[in-house]
Amino acid sequence: MTATDYNFAYLDEQTKRMIRRTILKALAIPGYQAPFASREMPMPYGWGTGGVQVTAAVLTPEDRLKVIDQGADDTTNAVSIRRFFARTAGVATTEATTEATVIQTRHRIPETPLTEGQILVYQVPIPEPLRFLEPRETETRKMHSLEEYGLMHVKLYEDIARHGAIATAYAYPVKVEGRYVMDPSPIPKFDNPKLCSPAIQLFGAGREQRIYALPPHCSVVSLDFEDHPFEPSKADAACGLCGATDSYLDEVITDDEGGRMFLCSDTDYCAGRQAAGHRGAAQEDAA
Amino acid sequence: MNAPAPVVASDAPLLRVRGLEKRYGARIGCAAVSFDLWPGEVMGIVGESGSGKSTLLGCLAGHMAPDAGEVLFDVGGVLRDTARMAEAERRRLARTDWAFVHQHAHEGLRMGVSAGGNVGERLMAVGARHYGDIRAQALDWLGRVEIAADRIDDRPTAFSGGMRQRLQIARNLVTGPRLVFMDEPTGGLDVSVQARLLDLLRGLVREMGLSAIIVTHDLAVVRLLADRLMVMKDGLVVEQGLTDQVLDDPQHAYTQLLVASVLQV
Repeated sequence: MTATDYNFAYLDEQTKRMIRRTILKALAIPGYQAPFASREMPMPYGWGTGGVQVTAAVLTPEDRLKVIDQGADDTTNAVSIRRFFARTAGVATTEATTEATVIQTRHRIPETPLTEGQILVYQVPIPEPLRFLEPRETETRKMHSLEEYGLMHVKLYEDIARHGAIATAYAYPVKVEGRYVMDPSPIPKFDNPKLCSPAIQLFGAGREQRIYALPPHCSVVSLDFEDHPFEPSKADAACGLCGATDSYLDEVITDDEGGRMFLCSDTDYCAGRQAAGHRGAAQEDAA
Repeated sequence: MNAPAPVVASDAPLLRVRGLEKRYGARIGCAAVSFDLWPGEVMGIVGESGSGKSTLLGCLAGHMAPDAGEVLFDVGGVLRDTARMAEAERRRLARTDWAFVHQHAHEGLRMGVSAGGNVGERLMAVGARHYGDIRAQALDWLGRVEIAADRIDDRPTAFSGGMRQRLQIARNLVTGPRLVFMDEPTGGLDVSVQARLLDLLRGLVREMGLSAIIVTHDLAVVRLLADRLMVMKDGLVVEQGLTDQVLDDPQHAYTQLLVASVLQV
């Protein structure tokens, strides 16, 4: 079977229509989890089946696709999904955030600010922010519809009682347009302020069969307490390669003698800075 | 008279129930129940298992939809039918003006959440967003129900049955409800723990001027707590009146049997 035997972007046209309808509904009710008939995809659940279906539904032949996994363009998940769409849709791909029109992401928002016209597609494992507090789906739906979100603060209360500070570091709950509490997928809370963006943000959960969305410039507020305000935290260090202090960092163990360095998790951002002549501590040591 | 006197004498009832009926298919859960509950008054509902006590309580608290009749609750001076109001409004009442104490504390508590979080949940549900204040109130309430302050970060799974029940009471009363529903609050506790709990409840009810409806099969509990008593059998109210009057001078054959069945120690 050759690549041309696939319909454009793998899914059949009826499925894409169905998903687009759901996306429009999700955009119309920011933060609301719209159900959709998720299809089997040629990859296991947990590998981004929801994100892939949303990307397939929004792709056009003129699009330029970027796929990142934990900020990196060159990890297994990112490479295989990028190749999947290069084969089944024949769209151009890129690693540059600024050149991409559609970006599928797992667990990060690119450091480079997004612009109008771009679409950011998130892979979501568990769309329900209340899931680990209230196991009953019937009850969580009722809580969303009646706007009963006291329980979400119970989780934050427990964090402070146990750890002295809000220890939730990823999938930090947000309130969208003053109405729905939403799980922003497992992005670090460092990225939460970037959820207010000129780009369209779509969240796809394949196994849970839900799509939710943030239209451009909508209000997204991270939940907190008055005396324990929300803090977008990151490792207190600079990138070893590009010296950036304003980007989210990964810690990398470099040897078995306790050697470690911090790197930008966004590889495109880091490479861009290095090309512009920025150097981090590790580069200067090597030079 | 053992039961505390009503604290507030008001000219409008807090709760007015008229012709309440709940059926399970052809069977009667409870039927033709009518009564008024006045502010500060504690009413006991007694009867044997299957007499419709819990069904009645469930209908009053909005856990079940009654098939007929009205449950009128005083909302801002106006009697509103809670059985027919929108669910959002009823649930708002349930977390502000009402409290529900379950027989088994684990049904009314979040077992995976610390004692402080359990008490704070209702506060956060009505909009409290200051951690220090929430914690201070939780501490205050743990003190009132005689739970040591250093247990505030322990989960209820680490608590004894009596402590869990007291924690459940604290969690329910923290928002200052006006009406408390209790379903066998002392069931499953040993007698000395029961006695302490009853003592505590009596103190709180009197201090806060609460109205309460207590379902129980234990006549000693109603003797201690309730101003008025309703005796149910087969889903119907067979006798109601002042607690002492009903218990000391039972009129209905079933009430006589019930009073006579109490073991004398």
